[in-house]
Amino acid sequence: MIRAKKIFKSFGDLKILDDIDFTFERRKTNLIIGQSGAGKTVLLKILVGLLEPSSGEVWYDQTNCMSLNKKERRQLSMSVGMLFQGSALFDSMSVEENIRFPMDMFTNFTDGEKRARVDYCLNRVELNGVNDKYPSELSGGMQKRVGIARAIVLKPKYLFCDEPNSGLDPKTAIVIDDLIKDITIEEDMTTVINTHDMNSVMEIGDNILLLNKGKMEWTGHKDEILASQNQFLTDFIFASPFLKQLKDRAFQGI
Amino acid sequence: MIRKMIFHFGRYMIWLRSILSKPEKFFMYYKETIRQMDDIGIGSLKIVLIVSIFIGAVVAVQLSYQLGETLVPKWYVGYILRDMVIIDMAPTITCLVLAGKVGSNIAAEIGGMRQKEHIDAMEVMGVNTTSYLVLPKIIAGLFMTPLLVILAAGLGIGSGYLIAIIGGYFTAAEFLQGLTTYYDAYNVFIMIIKSLVYGYIFTSVSAYHGYFVKPGSIALGRAGTDAVVYSNILILVSDYIIATVMTG
Repeated sequence: MIRAKKIFKSFGDLKILDDIDFTFERRKTNLIIGQSGAGKTVLLKILVGLLEPSSGEVWYDQTNCMSLNKKERRQLSMSVGMLFQGSALFDSMSVEENIRFPMDMFTNFTDGEKRARVDYCLNRVELNGVNDKYPSELSGGMQKRVGIARAIVLKPKYLFCDEPNSGLDPKTAIVIDDLIKDITIEEDMTTVINTHDMNSVMEIGDNILLLNKGKMEWTGHKDEILASQNQFLTDFIFASPFLKQLKDRAFQGI
Repeated sequence: MIRKMIFHFGRYMIWLRSILSKPEKFFMYYKETIRQMDDIGIGSLKIVLIVSIFIGAVVAVQLSYQLGETLVPKWYVGYILRDMVIIDMAPTITCLVLAGKVGSNIAAEIGGMRQKEHIDAMEVMGVNTTSYLVLPKIIAGLFMTPLLVILAAGLGIGSGYLIAIIGGYFTAAEFLQGLTTYYDAYNVFIMIIKSLVYGYIFTSVSAYHGYFVKPGSIALGRAGTDAVVYSNILILVSDYIIATVMTG
């Protein structure tokens, strides 16, 4: 479980996040959604420790991240995995070297153990046999999967995904969504996903936080969206006329 | 302008402090250092070779021209060329060139990693990125620059000799007499000190500009330019300081 407690963040006079208080639950795919510029990425960066909030606290289970020193934070980082928007795979390394990197850096595993773990992770994301390829030789969807494999290689307790579906076709996006959801349950993780892909919201939105201009606009489960009276949420989710029509027809049918 | 300079100096000093921390895994730092040594050292051989050959040749030709009609003995050309190349030409010109070649490469590499979120990815993993990405480059610069400079000095003197003999500016005996006259090992010491200082400057200053690059391709290009310009200015300033302190 990750708890954001009364998070405020501003850059100079520009207020980005205003009183965010939310719990991201374990074994669930927690989604942060909102329009561009709503503060999603800033919130995700605060949660993962890449940015400091102006005020407020971030708790990883019983640990208050704000009270940790640099060394303790680095220690905590070993239980965190992150999938970046552009995958952030190291260009100069092969797929295997990318996935091995966290193990090379932080563990004393033998070469055989590392290889076995790489194979397991690649198998888990259904990408066998690409160990020696370089990121530039892979498609966008494959790069995301390698990114997931690298993120889970140290068996993290917390997984963060920044726009995991950006740049992917709808079919591949669903594959990535399902993969993240399955891994979250299998590995008993707390997963936080920052997205504005409505398919993802309706597919894997176990626990959703909607941001509007840096404030919490709505929270809930994907199943509560259709019945919600929140106008901003409805306008945001059913932004296209096509989806609006579908929704109206669905309600007429009911 | 002055405020900006103070800001950069302060941030550079704070940033430098974070470089000096215990490596997460010594072997990974060692591997990266070897890779950087190969990049900086072997990767720069060609350009150092070309530059140093021409430096020696031009100095030999011009000295012969300037001293040709005077009463100064011809062997003085060898003597002046040797000391000019060792004390200043080899370390300074070579490092100015290296600042352009290696410095822009370092700024682009680290800046690209920053823009493509590679540095963020490492930070999330718990890697001390300033240390892992910068320290190996500085160490490699400190090891390889003196070697390149020594090579440049040797090639500079050698090419000066060859060009002058081929051009008939002086005889081999005159040149060798000049080379062996008034030799002072302290000059080689100055050369090594200069190369160490310059090697540190162009690696760390370039890494600094890459590390704090702003988003966008224009910013990345500017980081590369700034890396080269500031490295060159600092090399020239420290050249003057070292000259004053060590020979003044």
